[in-house]
Amino acid sequence: MIKNIVLCGVGGQGTVLASKLLAAAAMEKGFTVMSAETIGMAQRGGNVFSNIRISDGEAMYAPMIGTGEADLILAFEPGEAVRMLPFLKEDGFVITNTRAVKPTTATLTGSGYDAGPMLEYLQKKVADGHLMQVDGDSAAAALGNPRVLNVVLLGAAVRTGALGLTEEDILNVMGKVIKEKFLDLNRKAFTLA
Amino acid sequence: MHSEFLMGNAAIALGAIAAGVDLVAGYPGTPSTETLENTAKYKPEGLYVEWSVNEKSAMEVAAGAAYAGARTMVTMKQVGLNVASDPLMSLEYIGVKGGMVIMVADDPGPISSQTEQDTRHFAYFSKLPCFDPTSVQEAYDMIQDAFAYSEKYGTPVFFRPTTRICHAYASINIKDVDEYKKNSPEGFIKDSKRWVIFPRLSNANHKKIEARNELLKDVFSAYPRNMILNGGSDKGAVDGEIAALGGLNAAASKKGIAAGGISFALTMEALHGRTDARVLKVATPHPFPEKLAVEFLTGLDEVLCLEELDPVIERELIYVCGKYGLDVKIRGKLTHDTANAGENSLDLIKQYVGSFLAESGSADIACEPENAPQPPTIPIRPPVLCAGCPHRASFYAVKVAMRRQKTIFCGDIGCYTLGNAMPLDMCDTCLCMGAGINIAQGVYRIEPDTKAFAFVGDSTFFASAITGIINAVYNQAEMTVCILDNSTTAMTGHQPHPGTGRTMMGEVVAKVSIEAVLRGIGLEFVETVDPLDLEKAVDTVKRAQEVPGVKAIIFKSPCVAITKPKGKAFIDPEKCIGCRKCIREIGCPGIVINDGFVCIDDSLCTGCGLCAQICPVGAIGGEVHD
Ligand code: SF4
Ligand code: SF4
Repeated sequence: MIKNIVLCGVGGQGTVLASKLLAAAAMEKGFTVMSAETIGMAQRGGNVFSNIRISDGEAMYAPMIGTGEADLILAFEPGEAVRMLPFLKEDGFVITNTRAVKPTTATLTGSGYDAGPMLEYLQKKVADGHLMQVDGDSAAAALGNPRVLNVVLLGAAVRTGALGLTEEDILNVMGKVIKEKFLDLNRKAFTLA
Repeated sequence: MHSEFLMGNAAIALGAIAAGVDLVAGYPGTPSTETLENTAKYKPEGLYVEWSVNEKSAMEVAAGAAYAGARTMVTMKQVGLNVASDPLMSLEYIGVKGGMVIMVADDPGPISSQTEQDTRHFAYFSKLPCFDPTSVQEAYDMIQDAFAYSEKYGTPVFFRPTTRICHAYASINIKDVDEYKKNSPEGFIKDSKRWVIFPRLSNANHKKIEARNELLKDVFSAYPRNMILNGGSDKGAVDGEIAALGGLNAAASKKGIAAGGISFALTMEALHGRTDARVLKVATPHPFPEKLAVEFLTGLDEVLCLEELDPVIERELIYVCGKYGLDVKIRGKLTHDTANAGENSLDLIKQYVGSFLAESGSADIACEPENAPQPPTIPIRPPVLCAGCPHRASFYAVKVAMRRQKTIFCGDIGCYTLGNAMPLDMCDTCLCMGAGINIAQGVYRIEPDTKAFAFVGDSTFFASAITGIINAVYNQAEMTVCILDNSTTAMTGHQPHPGTGRTMMGEVVAKVSIEAVLRGIGLEFVETVDPLDLEKAVDTVKRAQEVPGVKAIIFKSPCVAITKPKGKAFIDPEKCIGCRKCIREIGCPGIVINDGFVCIDDSLCTGCGLCAQICPVGAIGGEVHD
């Protein structure tokens, strides 16, 4: 069986750590992992995504995910969840942060862009009970470090059970991926409901 | 052996290290950059790694070391190879003693490049062998093969991954340190008949090269990474071991697919268990494994070629069909069955494979139900200069100083290309590394009443701007060179360069002074100014215009992505009159509108203070740069 995961957000939101944690946990269980990242010009505030694929032994050749193939979309920004939605399987899960990141172009032209319509659309499109809306920024801010947004969202994603990984699986590998002095903070962020 | 989760570029670096590489040189360029960074990160005792000043230098340093019997690797992106093509074309005639791998990363799309050029053509043009990996695991294994072939045949070889290999991650099997190959370079042995290029030597060696490449066609036909497969039925591919088809399946279909690079991996995904197409995996596009291709083509009616960039495999197969009189229809880019520009996504490959194998009807085209909700408009997110980026301030200072004058602003390659975006709109041209300096001179020659400006970053200055400035001085041009010195190579992820005083070997060395270089060339007006001091910066630009000849202004302020924020600006809602001048003039992502009020986004603002100097009523304060 192969699990396909799409991570998406805006350049600079720290999607890479989340994919590293997933990969480490999956490998610990003897699974094979492939992923593809956006690196380059787009990191300067452009939209970025990564594909992660976890196989328990089924043949897997490429890190990319096609339309309608993702078991789960983990979005750091609601508009980016909508952008990536075509990749979702019919009964797939969507975990989305609720805070919109307004592009500078929208500020300049004065054109509006809000989270509201994005979230409404997701509510209509995603199967019942398969959409998780997380105010990740407030949660991270409450912990005193906006940088743990990624781990807060990852926690919510793992708890759906759609990834074939448990909370313990991730907690066990955190020490391998995250620096000692940030470990406690990240453990807290991960288990935050 | 053990297993690790690695980025493609890290796998390439570790593969080179496992092959006993002694020296690695390169110049940063997406998507190749992390290869050299990882060789430095995992550097075993005795490995020398450097960021060279440009790709030509890197190629020559690596060649010299290979002359001395060392195993060497040089890394760059595809456009970097254009810079290094001068030594490359001659080096082929001389050859090497130690194995030399030229790692050039291509960028289909293009995603982060000026061109969609195909390095496999460069391999053909320079007559060098070329290795083209299809996965991260294969990249790790294949680069070790590349070193062995290079050494065996005394020639540099290309290793050409693409973005989706370089920036993919995979859990792969790699060697333990005690399994690494150990190399002891013999040293340079003087022999002017071997190392000094002269027409007679070139003529003699040319014949040898052609004979060797003929031989390599056969050698590569037997190279196990070039293979024929029976569709997508092969198991075990999870760990990168793809079993070749032993003896052709008699009942096999009349259709075949030939693929290389990531397109091969995507083809295997698309075939997923289907066995109604024979597959040719091309690992060495040059010299082309001709015998294997004949074996593949025999008995087929039609072949679809799936590859990115140029139709290299497609042309080779057409050639093989002609040469051996095979009646097989070859399809691909040349027949417009596949797109001739851009990346191959999994969806595209599935579509190509589906229609080629004519599975009409079963293709599940998802139909949206009629009353499906319409998706809201998702904002486009063009990349922008970071909040607080000093380049924004430099561009703005020049813009203010030159208002209402006839100007041309020639840009260059780096983060500062983003100065083209509104509202700055300060990049009228951009071509290739260092070009802006000379383009500005060309425009000035035709329109002498235009105030010509060229903007160049510090790393680009060292890489390829100096000769252009000498050209301007020597030929008496009138122009202002603006050096945007943020003390790093920002675009590619902050590599050190000659002006930073740090090397990849971890040494702290004397900085090469841009100012001293400019004075040495003979410029009289060379001034360094902090771009975040708007008034002074504007004044400097204006004063430069009063001086004839070539002037230089060094706008010096560190990249905010690697420095601590100075603080946060704050907009006093009592004072702000809502004129939005700060937004209209500089377009910093740190300034946002919330419920109609202009505010600072705390998570982005670095406290550069530029907006505070623009606000007409002094509403912006807080902890900002002063
Ligand atoms: S001080 Fe103003 S211009 Fe500078 S980063 Fe903050 S918001 Fe942007
Ligand atoms: S990374 Fe540095 S140079 Fe590039 S846009 Fe950001 S602040 Fe400017």
